[in-house]
Amino acid sequence: MTAVTVEAIKVGAGKTAPLRASPPPAPLKLAGPSSTEQNAAAMRAFLAAVLPPFMGIALLVGIWQIATMNGGSIPTPAKTWEAAVKLFADPFYRNGPNDQGIGWNLLSSLQRVAIGFGFAALVGIPAGFLLGRFATMSRMINPIISLLRPVSPLAWLPIGLLVFKKADPAATWTIFICSIWPMIMNTAQGVMRVPQDYLNIARVLNLSEWKIVTKILFPSVLPYMLTGIRLSIGTAWLVIVAAEMLTGGVGIGFWVWDEWNNLKVEHIIIAIFVIGIVGLILEQTLLFLAKRLHTES
Amino acid sequence: MDKFVQVEKVGMVFDTKKGRFVALRDIDLTIRQGEFISLIGHSGCGKSTLLNLIAGLTLPTSGVLLCANREIAGPGPERAVVFQNHSLLPWLTCFENVYLAVERVFAANEPKAKLKERTARVLELVGLAHAMHKYPNEISGGMKQRVGIARALAMEPKVLLMDEPFGALDALTRARLQDELMKICEATRATTVMVTHDVDEAVLLSDRIVMMTNGPAATIGEILEVDLPRPRERLTLAGDADYMRYRSQVIEFLYAKQSHPLAA
Repeated sequence: MTAVTVEAIKVGAGKTAPLRASPPPAPLKLAGPSSTEQNAAAMRAFLAAVLPPFMGIALLVGIWQIATMNGGSIPTPAKTWEAAVKLFADPFYRNGPNDQGIGWNLLSSLQRVAIGFGFAALVGIPAGFLLGRFATMSRMINPIISLLRPVSPLAWLPIGLLVFKKADPAATWTIFICSIWPMIMNTAQGVMRVPQDYLNIARVLNLSEWKIVTKILFPSVLPYMLTGIRLSIGTAWLVIVAAEMLTGGVGIGFWVWDEWNNLKVEHIIIAIFVIGIVGLILEQTLLFLAKRLHTES
Repeated sequence: MDKFVQVEKVGMVFDTKKGRFVALRDIDLTIRQGEFISLIGHSGCGKSTLLNLIAGLTLPTSGVLLCANREIAGPGPERAVVFQNHSLLPWLTCFENVYLAVERVFAANEPKAKLKERTARVLELVGLAHAMHKYPNEISGGMKQRVGIARALAMEPKVLLMDEPFGALDALTRARLQDELMKICEATRATTVMVTHDVDEAVLLSDRIVMMTNGPAATIGEILEVDLPRPRERLTLAGDADYMRYRSQVIEFLYAKQSHPLAA
């Protein structure tokens, strides 16, 4: 029925013939029963999407409860929840440099990641472009990257301490080191995978190198770059916790270590959840951005 | 000018993993200004390779190519290419895709308003005034190909090179674009080289049809002069005796003298 209606409108539009000759009443009649059916289907789909993850989390908490019921050093879920409520009641307090709310700790960790990652992007993206565009450059730099990439970024921490003489920039430095490799590699990969057709256009039009970069390379590399950014931020968030444990100061990693020294195990568990949730949010935001970009192009 | 594009003793050898592959040998061809040439042959006969050589996208391993008495040493906007798969940049609108070419060729001498006017005019010429500001993924295959042609025409090239420009289109759209192309070529007097494997397309559009032998080591088999008066009309030609004669000559070359490599 619907198809016929659409056809009628198409023909009508072409000839500007009278459109209102046959109004289609049938879909309205059908709307009643089918809409409840649709609602039921939507409900089922919603449950199918929401129920399994919910069950998974319930299972995790259940195992945790059973494992900790009979006492021991690990707190029960209920006790942890209680501590969390207390903790998040006032996340932004300051009692001197070594005793601050979890909100401040989280924010300073995020700030370090942002600065370290920012510098990595500033260096890594242009470097990736050069490596992808010029084969000699890539042959020159690739062995260095292959050598340094498997090294744990924490091994670079002493160098950072030595050069910057302070703990805070040294932690940022490790973030820079761990973020830069995925940025370079993915950008270079993207540049090398630019379709030959597009490069042929550039050659036939004899475009300047600047136009090639802005009109052809950059837009087609952007998805690869975003993958690099996502991987970089993911690793950076992994590394910052470890780096802060070593350097101290304010930060979620240091906070975990501090609570270990105070033997507040429930806070450590809370920190694990918080770190996980923040990592998840970062990842999902970047995935969302990538998807947006993909549909636009 | 009598000898506008000259192809002299051109050979093309590719170094592949399996060794040397001779794609073309001993190609000699002279194209007059304003002439419409079709390259026809079975797949793998190197017709696209020859087109790429004229475009300057690849350089010959032997022989020499000249355009307006200057050696073709690389690609350039005076030899515009319409690619087989339209090759529009998906992040630019149709207008912007064409503007990129216009800007490159004319920005040195003309103000921005003039460049925009040129872009709009050429899109109008191919009948796309209404879809100018759409992105390539919002328009049909035939429209994309027309943008590709508009982009090439906008550069006001000395030579228009087309690599199976209508190959990916349905028969009706193809016929309409062929008619449009004929009108455009008559209006602009563009020297055109087109790769095709469609016999009717070749006879309808061409002044001369260059028929190529089967690869490897393909070369020019025969050149057919198509002496039909212009403007040509698809409908009247369909029953025309001369048209049929030209058509059967091409078919005989392709299927009797150079039967398809797979059938042999």
